[in-house]
Amino acid sequence: MIPELGHFALIIALLLALIQAALPLYGAQRGNLTLMAVARPAAQGQFVFVALAFGCLAYSFLTNDFSVENVARNSFSQLPEIYRFTATWGSHEGSMLLWVLILAFWSTAVSVFSRHLPEDMAARVLGIMGLISIGFLAFLLTTSNPFERLLPAAMDGNDMNPLLQDWGMIIHPPMLYMGYVGFAVAFAFAIAALLSGKMDVAWARWSRPWTTVAWAFLTLGIMLGSWWAYRELGWGGWWFWDPTENASFMPWLAGTALIHSLAVTEKRGAFKAWTVLLALIAFSLSLLGTFLVRSGVLSSVHAFATDPARGAFILGFLAVVIGGSLALYAWRAPKMITGSGFTWFSRESLLLANNVILVAALGAVLLGTLYPLFMDAMGLGKISVGPPYFNAVFVPLMAPALFLMGIGPLARWKEASLPDMVVRMKWALGVALATGLLLPLTLDGFKPWASLGFFLAAWIALAVLTAFVDRLRHGQGSLGQKLATLPRGFWGMQLAHFGMAVGVAGIAVVANYATERDVRMDVGSYAELAGYTFTFRGTTEHDGPNYRAARGTVEVGKNGKTISTLHPEKRVYNASGMAMTEAAVRPVAFTDIYVAMGEQLDDRGAWTVRLFYKPFINWLWLGAAFMVVGGFLAASEKRYRIALRRSDVSKNLAAQGA
Amino acid sequence: MKPRHKKLALIAVVVAALGVAVVLVLNAFNSNLVFFFSPTQVANGEAPTNRAFRIGGLVEEGSIKREADGLTTRFVVTDTAKTIPVTYTGILPDLFKEGKGVVAEGRLGPDGLFAATQVLAKHDENYMPPEAASAIEQAQKAQKTVVE
Repeated sequence: MIPELGHFALIIALLLALIQAALPLYGAQRGNLTLMAVARPAAQGQFVFVALAFGCLAYSFLTNDFSVENVARNSFSQLPEIYRFTATWGSHEGSMLLWVLILAFWSTAVSVFSRHLPEDMAARVLGIMGLISIGFLAFLLTTSNPFERLLPAAMDGNDMNPLLQDWGMIIHPPMLYMGYVGFAVAFAFAIAALLSGKMDVAWARWSRPWTTVAWAFLTLGIMLGSWWAYRELGWGGWWFWDPTENASFMPWLAGTALIHSLAVTEKRGAFKAWTVLLALIAFSLSLLGTFLVRSGVLSSVHAFATDPARGAFILGFLAVVIGGSLALYAWRAPKMITGSGFTWFSRESLLLANNVILVAALGAVLLGTLYPLFMDAMGLGKISVGPPYFNAVFVPLMAPALFLMGIGPLARWKEASLPDMVVRMKWALGVALATGLLLPLTLDGFKPWASLGFFLAAWIALAVLTAFVDRLRHGQGSLGQKLATLPRGFWGMQLAHFGMAVGVAGIAVVANYATERDVRMDVGSYAELAGYTFTFRGTTEHDGPNYRAARGTVEVGKNGKTISTLHPEKRVYNASGMAMTEAAVRPVAFTDIYVAMGEQLDDRGAWTVRLFYKPFINWLWLGAAFMVVGGFLAASEKRYRIALRRSDVSKNLAAQGA
Repeated sequence: MKPRHKKLALIAVVVAALGVAVVLVLNAFNSNLVFFFSPTQVANGEAPTNRAFRIGGLVEEGSIKREADGLTTRFVVTDTAKTIPVTYTGILPDLFKEGKGVVAEGRLGPDGLFAATQVLAKHDENYMPPEAASAIEQAQKAQKTVVE
């Protein structure tokens, strides 16, 4: 009964989405306030019904209702309760439902926080979001019904993929989707602006906080995914350039370009057409990413063809959204009026360089991700594009981008002075160069890439410091008072840039100085790695809730003293019989000591064991965390919440441009 | 310079930068593509001997042999028609088993031994790497044609 209720709730949600799209969009075109006013209650009602459907599915999972096919395929009676709940979005159908739920959540958020928007703008934005929702709800109901019954009911479930039974995976998908779907808001604002033809600065100001929040969520989601892969896959890697990772990285690159280009559009009225295009691209890539990962096309192009209805729907939907929005763009964009000009060395030109580099990097990732799929689909042979390609492309593209990141925030709008910049930054350049040259010597040997990484990290961090010093040198009051009066946008940007510096430093260390060993270990034998001694004390049997494990005991010592005891496991899951390595990771200051079990070699208890020494890997997560907090802080700036009349804005712009 | 010239210069710089990026990307792309060959193709001498490539198929039953150090493993990959002997040093993935699908990346030695630097077996009991599945399918098709 409950699954049918959920199914019914989805149908009602689809009807509400139809109303949310049709009436307000028509009303906005006709200037009919009554029709426009339908947008908010329709969006909120849709959220209620999608949440009800989601609740019904979660209930089916929690109560082990194996008469629902989705539950039978993806859950298991012995599965701990928390994973039975997260299994709700572990499957293709469930994750699509989560997508729609989050879209409805964002729509509701827009309906609540859009009081200061002109009525027609709010109606159009919510109408566009309703259109996207129609697409996804129709996809769910026609091809991927999560409530499909299984007759006769299964005795027990097939279990959730053991790899997903980790708490990193509990929060990773919702955060990632908050980011993906958040770009739908930026997309809806862009389309609404194109429809209305009012491409003014106010538009950029409205869509900026939404875009920044979505970007922060996406950053968090990617970070959690990377952290999960690092701990759970047992290979000690944190980024594999795997298509599933690239699928989330491409919208991030577009989103990063977008938040920077929006800054120019809001402050200077320039780059309007480009900003709109980026908003369309960021969301299109979010859609592409969702479908790449969730449709099974990555595991096999042909799996896609075995379910032609799903494949055809996805391709059709992508074609409508991407094609339709680009067509509207081509029609409307030429009418946009460009803002005031700028010289070759100015904050605008530096942000333009940032955008060019980010888009080039995006193109490179897109090529490396889609080309193998394209070749396979065309029957032209099977190829793979691995990390060497992405590394070869990324480092040379990102190095100049990171260098410019130091200068950009210090440059003036419109026209900056190069000699002045040299004077302000020469000490920072000197210190950063010294750091790059000397710091690697204190580590395990000089490595040029590590040196470049340290230089760039120090450069960005010193630029952040310079920006604060500049801001605090003038004005009155104590240091604390001055810091308190700095706008949150400034704090947010500097914090995010500082996070980048921390992350780059972490990558420079871990990519160049991490070491690993695969060793055979007899009970009582020891191995050494990076000054640490690992002593193997054998394994014991251990029973988990839904698995059996061989749990190893490895003592980690340094300078003759035991500093930690690790318990890596090799698990075999009851339902699937699948073996899985559960690595043991122990942070020692900024370094991770990481032990993973291989295979048992003989009856006397010898095992192959993989040992990792991962210095400064924590700085990656720490840096990403700074970026996330910076994003939220910047989005919370007061001026975004102040209602602005269009006439004020144009006056404002005229004053600035004069 | 007139504003129009400035704009043109700016566009020229951007286009030039993009051009450099494109050349860089395509060059890296070309030299880092990893091609896939089935055991039959390798046996026919279609695989390169001077660059790394991927092979795939099933791990032949009874073929896994571990050397004394416990870390070097020899096994045979088959597409049910032809086989390739493979050697790999290191810890194998959890789902590496006899009779299951596998994909390995490495180089082919002059003695016909494939020295793998990476062994991939995906994390799903019933999952067959698509390359391996297609290699077996191709081999079986070819055999059928011969029989007919």
